[in-house]
Amino acid sequence: MNTADRSVLIDSLVKRFGDFTAVDHISLETRRGEIFGFLGPNGAGKSTTIRVLCGLLRPTSGRATVAGFDVAREPESVRQHIGYMSQKFSLYNDLKVIENLRLFAGLYNVPRDLVDERIAWALEMANLKGKEARMTGTLPSGWKQRLALGCAVLHRPPIIFLDEPTSGVDPISRRQFWDLIHQMAAEGVTVFVTTHYMEEAEYCNRLAMIYRGKMVALGTPTELKQKSMKGELLLIECEPLGVAVETLQGGPGVLDAAVFGNALHVLVPNAGVGTAQLQAYLVAHEVQVSKIEPIRPSLEDVFVALTSEREGRKEPV
Amino acid sequence: MERLSFEVYPGEIFGLVGPDGAGKTTTLRMLAGVMPPDQGTATVAGFDVGRDPEGAKYHLSYMPQRFGLYEDLTVDENIRFYADLFGVSKAQRELRSGQLLRAAGMTEFRGRMAGKLSGGMKQKLGLICALIHRPKVILLDEPTTGVDPVSRRDFWRILYELTAEGVAVLTSTAYLDEAERCHRVALLHQGRLLFCDTPAHLKARLGKGVLAVTSPDPRRVREQLQNAEGISSLVLTGDGVHIVVDDVSRRMAEFQARLKQAQVPFDQIQRVTPAIEDLFVDAVSGGKEGEGA
Repeated sequence: MNTADRSVLIDSLVKRFGDFTAVDHISLETRRGEIFGFLGPNGAGKSTTIRVLCGLLRPTSGRATVAGFDVAREPESVRQHIGYMSQKFSLYNDLKVIENLRLFAGLYNVPRDLVDERIAWALEMANLKGKEARMTGTLPSGWKQRLALGCAVLHRPPIIFLDEPTSGVDPISRRQFWDLIHQMAAEGVTVFVTTHYMEEAEYCNRLAMIYRGKMVALGTPTELKQKSMKGELLLIECEPLGVAVETLQGGPGVLDAAVFGNALHVLVPNAGVGTAQLQAYLVAHEVQVSKIEPIRPSLEDVFVALTSEREGRKEPV
Repeated sequence: MERLSFEVYPGEIFGLVGPDGAGKTTTLRMLAGVMPPDQGTATVAGFDVGRDPEGAKYHLSYMPQRFGLYEDLTVDENIRFYADLFGVSKAQRELRSGQLLRAAGMTEFRGRMAGKLSGGMKQKLGLICALIHRPKVILLDEPTTGVDPVSRRDFWRILYELTAEGVAVLTSTAYLDEAERCHRVALLHQGRLLFCDTPAHLKARLGKGVLAVTSPDPRRVREQLQNAEGISSLVLTGDGVHIVVDDVSRRMAEFQARLKQAQVPFDQIQRVTPAIEDLFVDAVSGGKEGEGA
């Protein structure tokens, strides 16, 4: 891979504040046109990493380059080559759609003779043509979000940073937004997404899971689900739940059992063997089983499996 | 919020589920007696919240999105403050807080300043404070947003334990996947109730199956399949495509053949359990995904 293809390169990055290590030896690289997810709870070190990558904070040690520029030595060049959009939109609500676009074109120093063309392109991409005169504050949230994205890419940056872009947004708007992101990625833009939101992470091509400043896993969503769990998950619907969960704690092959709404999630080494064994075991303990089926672990299951291991703490599934 | 009706029973975890702006916070505020309804009535623990907002206050606890913890007080001191506020005796407080701190996995942090706790710990402490006087009803507004998944599970474990005591739990969330943890959910959208049922019944209501195609080139899979017969929605994910179909086995075979013939690379096509999100999208778009708000 040549440098131009490595849009974000992080090598043993460390950022300390006093005796607190916010980012602890993180190394990764993203490819051109990739949607890369940086996933972790609030306080895991995501924002600090983003600030370092945008040239706003100096790393304590280690190195990072964005679009080929060193974030510590060439922060200005870095900022000219990135777009940034956060969930808390930076749009002006009392300006019209077109006025927000003009404002951002100015802020990003889009050459004067290109402004009209770029704005037309952004409106087209964001599916907001014909809405130029609408007051931004009156737009539905999904439209605002697409406008915010349009504003963030007016200078056609090769890399965009999205900070929890669709947290709390209705699923239809969210799907439309991500379609747009996939389209931009197909055109070669690298998208670096930070989120604590597991559902949002499913839209990324690759993910880094971050916990307490450290990277605990890296891979595609499917790889993470297949490789990080110590077994397979079964969903069991049965009555009474309380008895069932206690009975299962010491059941054959049961690695973990926990209540999940009206059902149980049970981790076993093998779903096929587990289904037959547990069915018989529960019935023998006078639990009525209405359904046992294997289910795919969610990214949250993966995250819990990886982080509780680090804590040295056994966690229910 | 428009013409909303539902009931929550003792020992039940009821979820108000929907995106931002669906009316979740407004509903909880009305139930907590801090915002009067324009029309209709609501009772909490038997008290009419419109006519007798003070009546229900002792029996309910309301944990808003920003719960008032004192950052410069320790965990124990915060608990004591809320216990005193509700006139809980020392003996009761010791008993109850010991039990709740254990369930939250926070016993060893009793002496720590609340301001020094992680986001997840703060939320768990808020819940402990809200439960110290043993309310019959607890109202939680998006209690797990941004919380790390391990704390989120601790949090839910406490809620399940409460149900054994007969507490009615009413919680809101914008995470549709979190709805799965509730006994029953009200799915809200733009101030209206879409459905109110158990998660299992909601999924059955979709009346359709879901296929997940894993592929190194999801965009080509979409191009190839988007106009295929029997599809009501198709979403691009990071390493594949998620498709809602009328007939799972039939479409699985058809899609496999079609992708092979077109030489589109894919790893597998799997039947997956529908998510609440699939039902939400189906209901809001009337089976076809159109122009969303």
